[in-house]
Amino acid sequence: MLLIRCPYCQEERPELEFRNAGEAHIARSANMAGETDDDFEKFFFIRSNPKGIIYERWRHMHGCARFFNAVRDTVTDKFVMTYKAGEPKPSKLPGVAK
Amino acid sequence: MAKAAARKTAPAASPSIERRPALAGRSTAATSAKVEVLPPAERMSLRAPEASVAALSKALGVTLPNKPKTSASKGGRTALWLGPDEWLVIDEAGNDPLADCAKVTSLHSAVGISHRNIAIAVTGAGAAATINAGCPQDLSLDAFPVGAASRTILGKTEIVLLRTAADAFRVECWRSFSDYVFTFLSEGSRDAAV
Repeated sequence: MLLIRCPYCQEERPELEFRNAGEAHIARSANMAGETDDDFEKFFFIRSNPKGIIYERWRHMHGCARFFNAVRDTVTDKFVMTYKAGEPKPSKLPGVAK
Repeated sequence: MAKAAARKTAPAASPSIERRPALAGRSTAATSAKVEVLPPAERMSLRAPEASVAALSKALGVTLPNKPKTSASKGGRTALWLGPDEWLVIDEAGNDPLADCAKVTSLHSAVGISHRNIAIAVTGAGAAATINAGCPQDLSLDAFPVGAASRTILGKTEIVLLRTAADAFRVECWRSFSDYVFTFLSEGSRDAAV
């Protein structure tokens, strides 16, 4: 079982307590009605789906119930780090060369 | 008219409003652990921002813990940290924590959930092993000391777990899940080898 660090509980907890909630850092337009169809399609449907590092939202559903963000490697499924919701995308990732 | 009025003032002890707590009095004992349904208690789900915590603690008579996975207890009333702004308050002394919170003017949300939850005590040398039959958390005394509390899962259901002693846990689950949880823990206690 994966152990995922919850930034609110400040400890590693078993994966069964968590839910994935899609890609993180997707900004919702403040004027949704004014969006063009192409821009709305990009916001609503298009996801990066990279091979390697991905930024995701996760929820500690059966724990503190808070949403947070996680950096994960889609190749190894290893969690690089987690951080609280609302915090900016980390510029330096621990243990990742780039 | 007179008939309707008479019906409204029916005696309070009529059989139709008899309260039947789920699983009342059920218990099983295996060699290493005992699983037992606890008597009804007053419960409250409390959500509040940091600015209100001091006033609420004063009104409740127990300091709301602000550290993850901890609880605080005083005079039969226990406050369990569930999330950064969320607590479960259990009163076993028969006093209503909702009434105490009603006087507080600072922002908070207090919801009575006394009848939503059922509490099950798991005690004995194999208590941790019994719960670990369906709960993936580390329940060793280092990771989950006496007084530690956490919302987590047991098998297919969500539970709130509180360690009341080195070999005793209080498992809070929703009433509709209580049959499943009790049976699961009974099976677990039979498997728990110490």
